[in-house]
Amino acid sequence: MTLWWIGNVVLLVVILPVVVYLLKGVLDAARGIVPSVRRIATAAQAGSRDLDAVPLLLTTQEQVKQTVEVVANYGGSLDVIVDDAEEE
Amino acid sequence: MPAAGVVLIVAVVLIVLALVYFLVSTIVALRQITSGLDEAIGAVGEIVEKSAPVEPVVKDINRNLDAGVDLLEGLLVKKAGLEDSMGLVEGLYPGSAAAGLRNFPDSREIHPPRISEVYTKGTLTLARLGREAPIAAASPSGSVLRNVEGGSLDARMLYPEGRQQRPPGLPRSPVIGTGAPVVYPPSEQRGGTTPDDGEIREKGQWAGTAAEGIVPAELGGSDAPRETLAEDPELGSEALGETTGSEAPATDTGIDRAGGDEADATSDGGPDVPEGGEPDLKDAGAPPRQVDT
Repeated sequence: MTLWWIGNVVLLVVILPVVVYLLKGVLDAARGIVPSVRRIATAAQAGSRDLDAVPLLLTTQEQVKQTVEVVANYGGSLDVIVDDAEEE
Repeated sequence: MPAAGVVLIVAVVLIVLALVYFLVSTIVALRQITSGLDEAIGAVGEIVEKSAPVEPVVKDINRNLDAGVDLLEGLLVKKAGLEDSMGLVEGLYPGSAAAGLRNFPDSREIHPPRISEVYTKGTLTLARLGREAPIAAASPSGSVLRNVEGGSLDARMLYPEGRQQRPPGLPRSPVIGTGAPVVYPPSEQRGGTTPDDGEIREKGQWAGTAAEGIVPAELGGSDAPRETLAEDPELGSEALGETTGSEAPATDTGIDRAGGDEADATSDGGPDVPEGGEPDLKDAGAPPRQVDT
């Protein structure tokens, strides 16, 4: 009977607090991840919205091409009408 | 049941309750994490999808820009020489000559001449254009480009100043009319252009006559002295008119060249009539009666 009481005391004083402590640690860690994940999701959505302007790169690409063509034509004309530098 | 058994049961129940509470709470938190990760993964997938074509497009843009830089650098060095090029670059963007030209590694070692202190951009451009440029026209030998004083003076004379000091008397601006500094005698030009030698050879003797004037001044042409002409004030140059000296059409629409060299006012003139339209004969005269013929 004495051993039974000792077992009960150990169960209530040692085992139960240890179990509660460990479970609370797991729960706190899991709850700490939740806001971080929400911030990651928000940032990813914002990044996705920022990339909505990517199709404009096609316009930029075309305009750069046209600009370089104009520069090439202009340079070609200058090459014809302007004398080359004298050789040293 | 003994008291120790009851206490044991209570202790076990407490442990089980603690397990249930904390594990359920953990499950709820993990589900929230799963939901958040699903949203994040979806957004990351969009990012990956949207950014996929960026690389080839940016590479193409960079390739075109590289070609433009190569072209401009090559043209600059070809036309101005490497040393003067670095002087021009330094003049336009002070300090940038130290970086040199990308395709000319030797340009980093060149001490750039201080071109911008002697030549302005416009002057240098005009000078590079050749003999037609004002500076080069004044000094076709080309030495003025290397003449600091001459180049600077000519450069300054190209730009207006608040009080015109140089040169002291500028030529008058072109004037059209009787007050023009250059007035062509009417016998030399009265309608159309004065035919040159080539046109005379092409058109024949009559064109040569036109070049000398239809009515020479000594025979009483319109440019003869006023005292030799009859008193007719209507025959002044205002009444006789004069050519514009320009190829620009006198009307907004210009000359209708649809008929080519064979254009005729009777066939090519007048308003555009729709196909199949009946002519307007309300103003046409009535034919003679049979008895009258």
